[in-house]
Amino acid sequence: MFALLALHVVVGIGIVAGGRALGRRAFLVAAAAPLATVIWVATKASEVLDGRPVTESFVWIEQLGISIDLRLDAFALVMVALVSGIGLLICVYSLGYFSHDQPGLARLAGVLTLFAGAMLGVVLSDHLIALFVFWELTSITSFLLIGNGDTSARARAAAVQAIFITATGGLVMFAGLIIIGQAGGTYRISELLLDPPTGTTVNAGLVLVLVGAFTKSAQAPFSSWLPAAMVAPTPVSAYLHSATMVKAGVYLVARLAPMFAVAGAWRPLVLVVGATTMLVGGLRALRQHDLKLLLAYGTVSQLGFMMLLFGVGDYHIAEAGIVLILAHGAFKAALFMVVGIVDHETGTRDVRELHGFGSATGWRVVEVVAVVSAASMAGLPPLFGFIAKEKAIDGYLEHGDFAGGTAALVVIVLASILTFAYSARFVLGVLGHLGEPDREVVSVDAHAPSALFAGPAVVLAIATVLFGLAPVLVDGLIGGATTALYPGSDPAPVEPFAGFNTALLLSAVIIGCGVVLTVLRRPVADVQARTSAGLAVIPSSEQGFLAVLRGISVAAARVTATVQNGSLPIYLAIIVLTVTLVPFAAFASDLDDLPQFIEQPAHVALVAIMVAAGLGACIVRHRIAAALMLGAVGYAMAGLYVAQGAPDLALTQFSIETLSTVLFVLVLRFLPRSWRHRAPAIATPLRIVVAGAVGVAVFVFALSSSAARSDVDEPSMSEVMIESSLPKGKGANVVNVILVDFRGWDTMGEITVLLVAAVGAVSLARPGRRRDEPDAPVFEEILDAGDEPKLPEALR
Amino acid sequence: MTVTGSETDPGAPIDRRILILDTSIRILYPSILVLALYFVFSGHNRPGGGFVGGLVVGAGLALRYVSGGAAAVRATFRIPPHVILGTGLFLSASTALVPLLLGGAILEHGDVEVDLPIFGAVKITSALSFDLGVDFVVIGLILMAFAAFGEDLVDSPDASDDGSDDPAPSGVSTRQRRGPVSR
Repeated sequence: MFALLALHVVVGIGIVAGGRALGRRAFLVAAAAPLATVIWVATKASEVLDGRPVTESFVWIEQLGISIDLRLDAFALVMVALVSGIGLLICVYSLGYFSHDQPGLARLAGVLTLFAGAMLGVVLSDHLIALFVFWELTSITSFLLIGNGDTSARARAAAVQAIFITATGGLVMFAGLIIIGQAGGTYRISELLLDPPTGTTVNAGLVLVLVGAFTKSAQAPFSSWLPAAMVAPTPVSAYLHSATMVKAGVYLVARLAPMFAVAGAWRPLVLVVGATTMLVGGLRALRQHDLKLLLAYGTVSQLGFMMLLFGVGDYHIAEAGIVLILAHGAFKAALFMVVGIVDHETGTRDVRELHGFGSATGWRVVEVVAVVSAASMAGLPPLFGFIAKEKAIDGYLEHGDFAGGTAALVVIVLASILTFAYSARFVLGVLGHLGEPDREVVSVDAHAPSALFAGPAVVLAIATVLFGLAPVLVDGLIGGATTALYPGSDPAPVEPFAGFNTALLLSAVIIGCGVVLTVLRRPVADVQARTSAGLAVIPSSEQGFLAVLRGISVAAARVTATVQNGSLPIYLAIIVLTVTLVPFAAFASDLDDLPQFIEQPAHVALVAIMVAAGLGACIVRHRIAAALMLGAVGYAMAGLYVAQGAPDLALTQFSIETLSTVLFVLVLRFLPRSWRHRAPAIATPLRIVVAGAVGVAVFVFALSSSAARSDVDEPSMSEVMIESSLPKGKGANVVNVILVDFRGWDTMGEITVLLVAAVGAVSLARPGRRRDEPDAPVFEEILDAGDEPKLPEALR
Repeated sequence: MTVTGSETDPGAPIDRRILILDTSIRILYPSILVLALYFVFSGHNRPGGGFVGGLVVGAGLALRYVSGGAAAVRATFRIPPHVILGTGLFLSASTALVPLLLGGAILEHGDVEVDLPIFGAVKITSALSFDLGVDFVVIGLILMAFAAFGEDLVDSPDASDDGSDDPAPSGVSTRQRRGPVSR
């Protein structure tokens, strides 16, 4: 499995790095990774379905007990089949979608492969921390893919919005995962399953994890990023934002629900959020004119449905969730592909501009795929989606005897009616029945898609029909996956027709009401428009997101205005007072006996010079004179070093003082020669107080730090260093040996800082001397100029 | 490396030079360089080291600056300051990293004893090249500081002696100065 992940990384980075020459053929190369995964998984399938998961492990950070444990059990197999199976189809589809080479295509293919690898990591990880790492990698690759058209402001905004929401949720989830892992004593999901931790802390951690799962799976109120992400190219939308990545949250909930569904707030939270998402998504899908947005809101609704199925922690209902995850992967990816085909061939996705297609066979095929897949989404027999919905309703009827179970069932039925209605709207839109006569007719003489372009969608539609007619083909997979989630469970077989029961009756109700909604679509739309105007007081997810952003920026502006008021004296006073006074109490209490202050007569003279020069620097009015006096303080300090027998320090201090005085003078030439005090009268006493406080604090610090080792038995570090200087450092000058050997790494850091400081000083000193650069070419101009960017003469 | 002082700034007006300063710098500057070299090479066993060596060179440069201005400093080293700076960091960093390639720890130092004709037995440790790197970084830094701030004042608002912060009206007391020494 590590080999497969590595293959994704190598192929992905290879395409990103060297793929310019490949152009759209990059997708062929990219297909190698999912193809290899599908083949490998097929060879392991029988073993895994027998209940013998394949595991691999790699110790990552031994000290923290973090390892990357990969585990392919039957549920992971379902997810891998989705990720790599649909991934493979998407690669083929992209060849048709991107019929012409364009800039950024290879990058798209490469990042898509990297995403596929990260997503595989999510579903294969058995270790919570590894899962989190892969989870964040999917967020990052999703960010890159949404923003792939980096010249479009909308794409960039959508990418930022997506990563803002999913990464925030990811961090919240990270905290929750750590709480659960620490409480359970293990981070391995398979071990947690045997002995799940309990308690209030764990319940809080679970809420955090759910927040992460909700953001990733676009649940209310975090759903706004998913419709916005539809600016991405359709292959990306079909792959990440319907079939795979958005299911990561559902996947995590599915994994954890068997252990924690009955604990704390888990079940109420999942039920409320899932039900709200399912209803709101359905309602909003019904109002869309853009086919892709219709599908996006439909996806939001279906993700809420999956939450309702996986989150309650009952294996009968979860089994329906597994059927739905497979069915949804098949029909939603196919529908997105259809939208991509329509968009690519006619140039529009707006149902009001579609008036039916020409007579080419290619279009008939597309229409059949659209009808079959939408019918599966609506839950019509005998398709795969029908089985999923039947099983879900039946599960809730038979086993939904927990608090809120009946309400959830009602929501599922209502939302399914909406699902039928927007599925019908999609079909009517694609077939051209919603086209408005006053719009230009563009679709009728549109070019029919090539076999390569339409093929992947046909494959998925065939799967929808095949698994609907003969679910026995996937029965073993679904049963195995249920047992993998709920060890010891006894899942019922998946049947195409479960007999005449209440679930079938409810399905009939759903279809009947759905037909009514579709027939009465105009009055319904009017009612919706009117009620939504009334409901505008409730902020939408999008408005909520914007309000959060605005709040952050307003708060940041206020904090900055308060903390950074622009007065240098105040900054300086705050800094020095904090540095000296905060640790003052600790140092002062440490002080027991005072040392002998004067050891040699020279000390008196030197200190007298320092005091005099220091006072002088405060009093004189000429800047350069003040700088010279500071230099005198430094020289006297060096004299003290000499008196104490530290020639190295003295030498360095002398040189430093000399040079800093010279540099002071260099810079001060540019300033007026002397100060004029324009500060208020109160400033001078305040300054004296601050300076006095700092002086006293530093004095106390010096006393207590020099006496700090008096009551410690261990030999001091300096003695150790002096002893080992010659034998280990091969030098008699211990100061130098410390600098170049014992603490050489520090010196490395310091000279790096010197280098940065030098560059900074130079660029500060000459901001106005930069040569005027020719105007940088505007990106749009480069793009308009064709594939070869045309740079201005000066830049060639 | 040019050792002469005043010739390097032919643009300076004759009346602004100090003969005693110029002449003594001719003698002092080479001696300062020798002192700096001594500090760098003896630093491992006696007071000194790369940092001090660099600072001493800097002090010598300051003397040349006083006599000949920024042009004199610029003419002292043909190599651009940033190259010296970068070479220094590269030298130190590679000295630190080479032991890794040889299977040792980072910053591990080795030493060799050589018999030189005049100096006798001399022990050279790889710490010396690390110290030389530090030396170069300091020299480069000082050269860059002179390059950045040492340029002659041209048409800058100069302060008059009345202690006013306000820039003087241009054309009245704005004067042209070369170098920091004003008389």
